[in-house]
Amino acid sequence: MTILNLLVLVSLTYVVFLFAVAFAADRAARQGRGGWLRSPMVYTLSLSIYCTAWTFYGAVGFAARSGLEFVTIYLGPTLVIIGWWGIVRRMVRIGRAQRITSIADMLSSRYGKSNQLAVFVTLIAVIGTTPYIALQLQSVTLSINAFAQPDPTQSRTIIDKDVTALMIAGGLALFTILFGTRNLDVNERHHGVVMAIAVEAVVKLFALLAVGVFVVWGLGAGPVDMIARIDASKIAGFEVPGSRWIALTMLSGAAFLCLPRMFQVLVVENQDEDHLRTAAWAFPVYLMLMSLFVVPIAVMGLQVLPRTANPDLFVLTLPLTAGQDGLAILSFLGGFSSATSMVIVASIALSTMVSNHIVMPIWLRATGGTATMSGDVRNVALLARRLSIAAIVLLGYLYFRLSGGGSALAAIGLIAFVGVAQFLPALLGGLIWRGATRTGAMTGLGLGFVLWLYSLFLPSFGPSAILPQSVLDSGLMGLSWLRPYALFGTEGMDRVVHAVLWSLSLNTLGFVVVSLLSFPSPVERLQGAQFVNIFDHAPTLGQWGGGMGQSEDLLVMAQRIMGSDEARTLFSRAARVQGLAGYLPEPTPEFVELLERELSGSVGAATAHAMISQIMGGANVSVQDLLAVADETAQIMEYSSQLEEKSAEQARTARQLREANAKLTQISLQKDAFLSQVSHELRTPMTSIRAFSEILRDSGTLSGEDQAKYSGIIHDEAKRLTRLLDDLLDLSVLESGQVELHTSAARLGDLLDRAVAATGGPESGMTIRRDRPAEDVTLTTDQDRLAQVFINLIANARKYCDAQAPELSVRVQSQDGRVAIDFVDNGSGVPRDHQTVIFEKFSRVGQTKAGGAGLGLAICREIMSRLGGEIAYVPGMGGAAFRVIVPEALNPAGRAA
Amino acid sequence: MSAPKDPLFVERRTYRRRRMADAVRLLPFLGASLLLIPILWIGAPEGRGIGTATAMLYVFGVWIGLAGLALACSLRLRPEPPAADPDDSDHPDHPDGPDAAVAPAGTGAP
Repeated sequence: MTILNLLVLVSLTYVVFLFAVAFAADRAARQGRGGWLRSPMVYTLSLSIYCTAWTFYGAVGFAARSGLEFVTIYLGPTLVIIGWWGIVRRMVRIGRAQRITSIADMLSSRYGKSNQLAVFVTLIAVIGTTPYIALQLQSVTLSINAFAQPDPTQSRTIIDKDVTALMIAGGLALFTILFGTRNLDVNERHHGVVMAIAVEAVVKLFALLAVGVFVVWGLGAGPVDMIARIDASKIAGFEVPGSRWIALTMLSGAAFLCLPRMFQVLVVENQDEDHLRTAAWAFPVYLMLMSLFVVPIAVMGLQVLPRTANPDLFVLTLPLTAGQDGLAILSFLGGFSSATSMVIVASIALSTMVSNHIVMPIWLRATGGTATMSGDVRNVALLARRLSIAAIVLLGYLYFRLSGGGSALAAIGLIAFVGVAQFLPALLGGLIWRGATRTGAMTGLGLGFVLWLYSLFLPSFGPSAILPQSVLDSGLMGLSWLRPYALFGTEGMDRVVHAVLWSLSLNTLGFVVVSLLSFPSPVERLQGAQFVNIFDHAPTLGQWGGGMGQSEDLLVMAQRIMGSDEARTLFSRAARVQGLAGYLPEPTPEFVELLERELSGSVGAATAHAMISQIMGGANVSVQDLLAVADETAQIMEYSSQLEEKSAEQARTARQLREANAKLTQISLQKDAFLSQVSHELRTPMTSIRAFSEILRDSGTLSGEDQAKYSGIIHDEAKRLTRLLDDLLDLSVLESGQVELHTSAARLGDLLDRAVAATGGPESGMTIRRDRPAEDVTLTTDQDRLAQVFINLIANARKYCDAQAPELSVRVQSQDGRVAIDFVDNGSGVPRDHQTVIFEKFSRVGQTKAGGAGLGLAICREIMSRLGGEIAYVPGMGGAAFRVIVPEALNPAGRAA
Repeated sequence: MSAPKDPLFVERRTYRRRRMADAVRLLPFLGASLLLIPILWIGAPEGRGIGTATAMLYVFGVWIGLAGLALACSLRLRPEPPAADPDDSDHPDHPDGPDAAVAPAGTGAP
């Protein structure tokens, strides 16, 4: 039993090591280091999740039973990847351009962003993958069991299989949830997971090569001896049926493109299209090395080990019986790596599909589905994804327990391949044929799926398990041409070949014929053109005719899905591109489409499309757009649509000009108002000063008390005058840039304390919420000036917040050496039409009750620009919200001049 | 569609590149036909057929050869540094795409 203990110890160390690798890679990527994470070799190695435990252990078993046939499983992917320039590059380019999150998303996106199709694909993928996960659990438990045997070639069960499998499943679910659901946006790569998988790829290759070298040069006497042994073995003759040779090669090639986990690493996790160039030759080499020693190991196992030994475990039992415990443990780690990496990636891929296409749509519908309501959807989506991962791994475990881990499970690898291969016609057709329609795809998938279930999947549970024996013998309802293994009278074929033949050919036939006969919806035609002409950079025609005033709704919705910071960054960047200041860009078709693509990276194309159309009112595709897309010869149409585009652009420019003009008019009006206000403000104190000083001068009979009173009034009025003039002076000094800054270090918290105290402290009727820990930032800046800004903002909140129970929260965030301080109150906020002018001089919101001169915010803005920071109004935060951004350290050379 | 008419003939380097892309596209067909050959060996009379060992050497030889060809093509398809996104258009006989040519500046991938 000691070797079993050693094995457990080594495996645990290995698992800890993998966690560390994933953690380090994630951290490196987060901090912007880790360019090596994006190397083409890491990408190539991550593709190796194609080789699961089924191939690691099973290939030898396969070879021991039927010779060289096993190699077809590796030849298919080789043929697909060496021709990468055609199909694979197209898939990767589309995946990046359309922000595809999974194979279901790809198909749904191509066929008019149909969620129905996505749900269907997801279901097939789950049905096809669950047994495959069970198979991985089985192989790991079997291999642990082999170590527990006194004689490893016996297959007596010693360890508790169920408990072992449950522990492995739990660990895998934990790892996947930890590293696979850090970001909602699938297109933000899972660096940790990919790195761990690349490491596991190296381990499994090294392990298999080590066992192979040991077998050829340790147990045997070199290659020549090995060839002699092969010739003497029972698999000496090359007796692969031609139909199986062709069918399995095709099938594995199809599976390479269609398996959800392969799609995940091949397309979704792809960092750079150019990586394919390396993968094109490196991945075939990897596969070749993986299969190089399979036949020698199988032959040696057949010769050396007793007849009862399980050929699926030769990789393990050969070193064990030879007393090479170290090698056996290495080989176990290889198998363990193959199994775990498959489960991790498959569950990430499936959970993305399940949560984006099943859970989220249901949740959105159940909660009223309005995209504009408040609250954060992100947590729901992440939670859905985490629960899906747990559920999928649990399903795999349940399948493992129910099936009892028999030989039925071993055959499931090929059966799953046939299942996912049903995606192929719709996938390839969608990539190269614009005529492919959603109805066609549904028909083909449906036919293929039913045939697969009936002729391969259901019978695989054994006679009478699901399909009664009578159906197997004499067909459904006694119709002999409906026998599962001999459809349409094709007697005597290999079962897998039979199923591949019928399911794929009827699938393709249904897909093509129905596509030819049906008519696609407008969105389908647009997407079809985008997919097929992906390399032509066909300009996207405006899908979204935008009304005005929807930007704020879009922002509120985007914040819920992407998080408020990301959403605001995206919006303000778009606004800058359009030449606007602030956070709200015009809802131009380009912008809305960009937003839709960003959102689909998080929740999938169908959901994103649905959410945006709720806001944009579903104004989708105009007839002109369609004509332009559908008919390339319609040059005139094209020209007129360009004219339309131009005129739309001019309309937008005109709108912007009008806006600027309105702003100017408003400022000029306010300036007039301000001048009269200033004259008024100056005249009122002047009048009373003059009146009271005349009284003091002319009447000699005033009592001492009255004298004191009148001179007090004169003094106060003079002070008011001075304050007003001070403000004006301050502003002009700031504006002319002659201000001198006194830089010193101070804690942000202290500055805020000072500002709160200066505005009347906590007793003045307004609750101020602070985040003390976050305020513990040291700033090197002009303390007095910054405090002046804070005082102004807090005083404004006190003056203008019209809530019943006024409340101001001060939030602090540090990022990249800059500190953002938000002042958010719970009042009604600044009206939309005033947001653009509040920072202008002389501007005051309405005819306010609290009489200021309208200089405060203008001064704040000037101060912040002197301090190298900025101040802005942030819309969509509930009340009036101001964001002050200040650098942690003021650069004296650059700013104080 | 709205892309400017592409030139009918392109300079030598672009021409070479495009033929390399053709080669990559054709490579799977070469591989498939070479890997179909073992089927012809099945059913030879006992004792004179080709055994697993020989078939294995053949298959692995083809495999290495294909990987080598893929490597050679990959090296020649290195992205050209200054161009925005060279030759993304498709095969000249592609019905939908504009006739293959260097993508004009400014049409690079977004």
